[in-house]
Amino acid sequence: MTINDLNTILPLVVLAGWSVVVLLADLWIPKDRKGWTAALSAVGLVVVLGLTLARGGTVQKAFFGTVLVDGFALYLDIIFLVGGLAGIALAYDYLKRMELERGEYYPLLLIAISGMMLMTYANDLIIVFLALELLSLPLYIMAGFARFNLQSEEAALKYFLLGSFASGLVLYGVALLFGASGHTDLPGLVNTMRAGTGNQALFLFGAALLLVGFSFKTGIVPFHMWMPDVYQGAPSPATAFMSVGAKAAGFAALMRVFVTVFPSLSDDLTPILWALAAITMVVGNVLAISQKNIKRLLAYSSIAQSGYLLMAFVPYANAEVSSDSIAAMLFYLLAYTLTTFGAWAVIIQMEQQERRGLEVADYAGLGKRHPWLGLAMTIFMLSFTGVPLTLGFWGKFYLFSTAVEGGFVGLALIGLLTSVVSAFYYLRVVVVMYMQPGDPPVKQNRWVNLTALLAAAVVVGLAFIPGSVLDLALQAVLQLQ
Amino acid sequence: MLADWTYIGIFILVALFVPAIAITFAAILSPRVPGTLKQSAYECGMESVGKSWIQYKSQYYIFALVFLVFDVEIVFLYPFAIAYNQLTLFAVLEVILFLLILVAGLVYIWRKGELEWA
Repeated sequence: MTINDLNTILPLVVLAGWSVVVLLADLWIPKDRKGWTAALSAVGLVVVLGLTLARGGTVQKAFFGTVLVDGFALYLDIIFLVGGLAGIALAYDYLKRMELERGEYYPLLLIAISGMMLMTYANDLIIVFLALELLSLPLYIMAGFARFNLQSEEAALKYFLLGSFASGLVLYGVALLFGASGHTDLPGLVNTMRAGTGNQALFLFGAALLLVGFSFKTGIVPFHMWMPDVYQGAPSPATAFMSVGAKAAGFAALMRVFVTVFPSLSDDLTPILWALAAITMVVGNVLAISQKNIKRLLAYSSIAQSGYLLMAFVPYANAEVSSDSIAAMLFYLLAYTLTTFGAWAVIIQMEQQERRGLEVADYAGLGKRHPWLGLAMTIFMLSFTGVPLTLGFWGKFYLFSTAVEGGFVGLALIGLLTSVVSAFYYLRVVVVMYMQPGDPPVKQNRWVNLTALLAAAVVVGLAFIPGSVLDLALQAVLQLQ
Repeated sequence: MLADWTYIGIFILVALFVPAIAITFAAILSPRVPGTLKQSAYECGMESVGKSWIQYKSQYYIFALVFLVFDVEIVFLYPFAIAYNQLTLFAVLEVILFLLILVAGLVYIWRKGELEWA
């Protein structure tokens, strides 16, 4: 290790170091001033965001090639860091209101983000695993943050058990790949694959295990069982953060590993990916229809979104289409991030003590009593559905069109049909908000409000310039060797 | 290659044989004076009080966590101490950084009051 190596991953070093500093500083911050911890964490995130942007997307390797920084990492890091800021904005008032306020929440959030950033840098399977654990462990704790609440405890335990099981599968996959090729570094694995040396059966088995492990993390059917319970039980800001962060990091790992290393296994893997994407879209959307609790509804919606995102991987072996489809996926990930944080910002303002205010029926009258919040929620629901004039529409448009380009018309059709199905439950929220009488109690907070309105503005605003966002995503992908 | 394994095989045979001889000789030569204390199962330490199937407070995990701080420290300090002569300044700084991170953990526990015996 040299100074140069550290300099390459400077944003990550600063973030990890800062999380320890905040953790210690929090010890001397009095109980009623935890806003300071939140502010310190937010300042750290802003500084790291600045460092990340200043470094730009030039390709740099460090630590003997195990770490790779490029445009792809830059794109995702911006999503993670902005997501972290949104996570803090959503958490501060909520934690105080629900009497969960403990300073550890914010350092844990920073550590989770360090793990996510490390995941985007990973150029070695060991680093992938390390990053996976670094981002998962804080999320387990955050899921159980309302520890006097049984549901929250259950969520944390479920998430921990299934999450560690998934980590075990990933590790076993890594071991098999190492056994097949003698390499854990991605370039080494790529070379072995190209040369055709190495045990093909082991390769396939290892790749399948990695796929299963990451499917657990990203919530792809049939590995999604934990998601509704965990999303419902965890404190809402933690749910919002993990539904974006953990998912994006899981897909980042899939992109880094699958697209670069396994193209020659596509004969076997493409049908599997096709089937997984199709089932995930169908199951997620159909099960969401019968949900009455908004947190569960968004959990199933999040499963369905995983299906759409996975769709981009299906043509991954086709070099002409794959960069387009991965760029479409990065684009969709941005739309998903903004929409999810926005929707959760509204949910957090609606949630009352003891988990009241979480039924869809509780949203009656929101549109008339609080027109801005109602409008924002409407925009998010439309964006999830994929209605034009929102970012979600362009996301789905690019995803489906690249799927057709890659020759998977059937999959695009399933995506289209399930989107129509999803309109039913997304629009029901809108209908309840505007057409049913009621006066929901709303706990307004300026930071949460700001998150909701800013997200709504960006979701609509960027929908007018989708081309330039897609260009950014394409640039990020082109450097993904 | 195979010859090496023969040595190991011989070694195993001898290893099995030696205690067998010792036990046989002892059985033939020793006088037999049985007693309750002699015939009880050999255990070291104190006799246990009460049953062992009791519930422990799960809060004891905190002690395990505190122990981990020192445990990890020792595990890394030994190889560090041995290789100290050949290390560069950068490596020494790295170890100091590592220790500082562990100390941060200790400070955290201390400040949270987990070191109080209560």
